Amino acid sequence: MRLTLTVNGIERTCDVHPLARLLDVLRRDLSLPGTKEGCGEGECGACSVFVDGKLVNSCLVPAMQVAGRDIQTIEGVAPSAELLDRVQEAFLRHGGAQCGICTPGMILAAKALLAEHPQPTMAQVREGLGGNLCRCTGYTKIFESVIAAAALPAIPPSAQPSALEEAKR
Amino acid sequence: MSHNLSDFVAQSVQTLPEALRLLAEPADPSLGPWRPLAGGTDLMVTLAAGTLPAGRYVDIWPLDELRGITVTDQAIELGALTTYTEIRQHAQLMTEFPLLGLAAKETGAIAIQNRGTIGGNIANASPAADTPPALLAYDAELELTSLSGVRTVAYSQFHSGYKQMDRRPGELITKVRLRRPPSDAPGRTVHYYRKVGTRAAQAISKVCLAAFARIDGARLLNIRLGLGSVAPTPLRCTRTESVLLSGPLDEALIRRAEATLAYECSPIDDVRSTSAYRRRVTLNLLRELLQQCRSDRRE
Amino acid sequence: MKQPHELREASVIGTSPPRKEGVAKVTGKAVYIDDLPVAGALYGVTVRSRVARGHLRGITYHPGVPWEDFHVVTAADIPGENTIALLEKDQPCLADQRINHPEEAVVLLAHPDRELCERARRLCELHIEPLPTVFDLDESLDGEVRVWGDDNILKQFSIDKGNVAEALATAPIIVEGDYATGAQEQLYIEPQGMVALASPKHGITVWGSLQCPYYVHKALATLFGFPKERVRIIQCETGGGFGGKEEYPSMLAAHAALLAWKARRPVKMIYDRHEDMLATTKRHPSRTRIRSGHDESGKLLALDIDFRLDGGAYMTLSPVVLSRGGLHASGPYHCDHVRIRARAAATNHPPHGAFRGFGAPQSVFAIERHLDKVAAQLGIDGAELRRRNFLAPGQTMATGQVVRDEIDLPELLDRALTMSDYARKRTEFARLNAESASRGTPIRKGIGLASFMHGAGFTGSGERYLASVVAVDATPQGTVRIRASSTEIGQGKDTVFTQIAQDVLGLPSHMIEVVRPDTAEVPDSGPTVASRTVMVVGKLVQSACQELRRKLSEGGLLGESYTPTEFASACDIFHQLGGVLRVESQYQQPTGIEWDDKTYKGDAYATYAWAVYVAEVTVDLTTYETRVDRFWALQDAGKIIHPVMAAGQIEGGVAQGIGFALYEKVVWKEGRMQNAQMTNYIMPTSLDVPDILVEFDDRATRLGTPAAHGPRGAKGIGELPLDGSAPAVASAVQHATGVLCGAVPMTPEDLMQALEAAR
Ligand SMILES: Cc1cc2nc3c(=O)[nH]c(=O)nc-3n(C[C@H](O)[C@H](O)[C@H](O)COP(=O)(O)OP(=O)(O)OC[C@H]3O[C@@H](n4cnc5c(N)ncnc54)[C@H](O)[C@@H]3O)c2cc1C
Ligand code: FES
Ligand code: FES
Repeated sequence: MRLTLTVNGIERTCDVHPLARLLDVLRRDLSLPGTKEGCGEGECGACSVFVDGKLVNSCLVPAMQVAGRDIQTIEGVAPSAELLDRVQEAFLRHGGAQCGICTPGMILAAKALLAEHPQPTMAQVREGLGGNLCRCTGYTKIFESVIAAAALPAIPPSAQPSALEEAKR
Repeated sequence: MSHNLSDFVAQSVQTLPEALRLLAEPADPSLGPWRPLAGGTDLMVTLAAGTLPAGRYVDIWPLDELRGITVTDQAIELGALTTYTEIRQHAQLMTEFPLLGLAAKETGAIAIQNRGTIGGNIANASPAADTPPALLAYDAELELTSLSGVRTVAYSQFHSGYKQMDRRPGELITKVRLRRPPSDAPGRTVHYYRKVGTRAAQAISKVCLAAFARIDGARLLNIRLGLGSVAPTPLRCTRTESVLLSGPLDEALIRRAEATLAYECSPIDDVRSTSAYRRRVTLNLLRELLQQCRSDRRE
Repeated sequence: MKQPHELREASVIGTSPPRKEGVAKVTGKAVYIDDLPVAGALYGVTVRSRVARGHLRGITYHPGVPWEDFHVVTAADIPGENTIALLEKDQPCLADQRINHPEEAVVLLAHPDRELCERARRLCELHIEPLPTVFDLDESLDGEVRVWGDDNILKQFSIDKGNVAEALATAPIIVEGDYATGAQEQLYIEPQGMVALASPKHGITVWGSLQCPYYVHKALATLFGFPKERVRIIQCETGGGFGGKEEYPSMLAAHAALLAWKARRPVKMIYDRHEDMLATTKRHPSRTRIRSGHDESGKLLALDIDFRLDGGAYMTLSPVVLSRGGLHASGPYHCDHVRIRARAAATNHPPHGAFRGFGAPQSVFAIERHLDKVAAQLGIDGAELRRRNFLAPGQTMATGQVVRDEIDLPELLDRALTMSDYARKRTEFARLNAESASRGTPIRKGIGLASFMHGAGFTGSGERYLASVVAVDATPQGTVRIRASSTEIGQGKDTVFTQIAQDVLGLPSHMIEVVRPDTAEVPDSGPTVASRTVMVVGKLVQSACQELRRKLSEGGLLGESYTPTEFASACDIFHQLGGVLRVESQYQQPTGIEWDDKTYKGDAYATYAWAVYVAEVTVDLTTYETRVDRFWALQDAGKIIHPVMAAGQIEGGVAQGIGFALYEKVVWKEGRMQNAQMTNYIMPTSLDVPDILVEFDDRATRLGTPAAHGPRGAKGIGELPLDGSAPAVASAVQHATGVLCGAVPMTPEDLMQALEAAR
């Protein structure tokens, strides 16, 4: 089928099988490899993306169900090439990413969680990330990152020196 | 990745009649009949694993007429495409039929709850599914629709064997109906749900017990028990229920109920658990439930 | 040497800057192997044996795919030796006549269409005539069915100190116990993958997800019979390893390279989760029998340990895993009479291999559980029993190694007990449990602990044989490039090496570049394993940077203190003068370290990290489920270079240890994993992991004598948390339920069985 969808604000078109996994559409057909595959069975959450603002496992979403939909992937999370989203910023500062393979999915799950609970309790953080497996961190630093992100303004004021710059320095 | 997409045909529909027309088409000699695809959280897993039978799939996800939760005087009705997230967000459903909410909360994790549907959970007919015990405890009804009309079946009669069910060719599950009890129904109520999974999230049930009971003093006026993962199908434990209704809820009755339930369930050994564990824990859960019924605590 | 002025007061050592490659990781730009765009690549798949052992009698390619379009590789296509060269050449790259385990690779297929590859894989039938098998470790040792060598024994040794037989004969109290640990899957979230390029002119180039570029390099050079320079291995961003990407990547790289060589086109091989779990290595299952002799106070008089590992079908790294396991088997305790007998036996399981801790989690589990058994038998609290037996500086370990680390284990223990409020909880929970038991309610609480140590760096003479090298060079612009084969696998190597270089050179982080491991660009600094990266390779980074600085200052280009700009212009002038601004630093065994490989006597490790872990659990007897409520991890691992990342290592290791203790069970049938899906192999989720409180002590630095072996007194921490987590959890379960919990994983099913057996 000819599939048209919006990815990170840009309309994209490709020819795919209607049952092709959204994950493969993004990674292979649209060359957006930021979304990862850890299991292909809905279990690990590495493939998490937003479809119309809702968190889904892209390995379980058939292409036909995203025709005309609005997709956000990790590539579309940072507001610009110079700035990071507050969740990214917090992951960077608080050790939320180690090997980084779960990180794109984890960051999207964290964003979904903060949209639902702007000031989450620890229990809400744990539940919100329950579908995203991380083998490196033991989750502790990820929890800290999410809690820290909640305390940051949702849109980083450009004046604020970001960890991005610090990392560059 | 062990599937071959070229063996699969899939088509989207925009209206229910369109879907029903496709489902009514005679089976294709090589591709078989049309089968529904909803949130895909079961189907896409089997597709990727290479265990989904090749064939024709009709995508019912766009059918808004199968979405949503409606409340009438008599019942709360859930469209077959209602997701776990929608269930969790529905305050009245959560108050009146909390077991369903608990089942939804403990299903997979957020991303699965955003996509998995109640219709899919039922039709996938896994004995380990988590809403069926709740549906059995509330004696839910299913509405099945085909080109030849609408039919209602008691959910307790729906599953007939491992992955076998009373769904006729061409039929779609369209609604799940929960009858609201009269407000003057006697006794205090107990809603009990406990899923014993492999871990705390993203877990498949090893045993799951849901129960709804009315109790007056030392006697149960009514009780319905739904069990998951201990038989080839989700199991309504009618024999145990009759024992429990046969006298005052004392230790002797509890023991008889345990013995009956041990007989009524038929758990197996598999990669997730053992038959011995499932049987033992089933009985432990029953005891926990009955202790809750006996205690003064109001639900 | 004095510090450059900017850093004299505030060193970057001990601070936590953002991870060097962090921005790439949080923005999704980091390139992992499956993200690498490869024009014109073929997909490669592997046809594997379903049978555990047998003679390969033939291969049928059934119709159903255009076979003529496929590139097919079998053992006959291997240009050099058909082996994965590591310790011994017993493991073929592709099985030829004999099959020795399920999932053994026999045929490789490549085609541009990924789906067709899958179809072809199913149409390729192997005809295997089965042979008798052995899957049980002890049956293998009995040797009735011989599956490897003359006696199935991959490696054995013993460590002897004093006279155990005599000491046991006279000890007033003897305690015996059997302990076991299961296979554990590393379950890095990124499955294994490789891309290979082959050209007659340049040879083989492989990109991949891997921990040890030079292991792969050696394996491919042998497989192709190529000189070293015709093989090049490049690491991509690697999504976790934990030992799982230590030796297996050589196999996968070999497969991809063989296909690429045959097809003369790039080949990409990426395992899906199922294949990764079925075919790659896991932690060695273990069994340990301990007999110990004590006096009435619990003091250890004799320790007789029989430690056995199931190595699987080939040797791979089993001898080294066995060594580390054996060397940690007597724990951080002093005993004059010790005998440790260690054996690794072959079975028809897929080969077991490296996994964080490398044998130590198995043997530490046994000794720690045994001490709790002793404590229960003698009616002494477990913490007190340990205190009475701790090693102290100057005393000797089982190998005769004299403890030279600056340690005070009773002090470390006390701090852990205080942190966790152990003593109060110990009594309080016992009282609560007794009450619950009498009321017939199901909740039980427990608190337990483990004390242990982990040797940093390679075992014995390993580091001396490796003779690792690190190179450092500087560009005319003043960018310092660190060249080491150590890989970044999430542990933070890039960041820590940068900090070490900054510490010496006084430059900002952006002037330090850590070169991506690529065998054409970096020297062999040894594998990224054995908690050696910071201590051993980091030390080489430090000395190479010192050398670089010396080179510049000796030429008079750099003063005692300087600014980054001055450093850059010094480099520029040096280059203009035609100088080569590149230095190398090679490992030198510190003096005073003696080790004898044959007798297992001497200094097994240059230094150790020491730790006490405490776990608090709730057990619900309705479902027999154990929840770890809180976890305290206190360790002395020397100087901590990056506190956030170090804590992250511990937390991650504790979570894996909790998985090892309670959830992660490999279900075997005829040598094949039955639950090779993430749904059925249960690793902890965010809802299963407790609050983990991590603390570091650095007694040596506190006392003004930082540990000598690593940079600035650093030791190793990577593997440490795996050793103590499972026994601490098991100890708490014992406190809660009275069940000894001598085998892990202790699933609810196992706990139920144990409780019923105890009744
Ligand atoms: C990671 C993960 C975790 C999970 N955790 C749980 C859990 O905790 N508990 C649990 O119970 N389940 C769990 N599941 C299973 C799954 O999410 C549920 O069964 C879900 O409700 C299926 O709904 P769906 O819409 O996605 O079904 P689909 O996958 O679209 O369909 C499933 C089956 O139902 C049929 N079908 C769907 N809708 C209809 C209809 N209206 N009429 C007739 N037939 C229909 C389809 O033909 C198919 O055979 C999990 C799945 C994953 C991947
Ligand atoms: S890859 Fe989709 S959930 Fe793991
Ligand atoms: S950071 Fe490696 S899996 Fe999460």
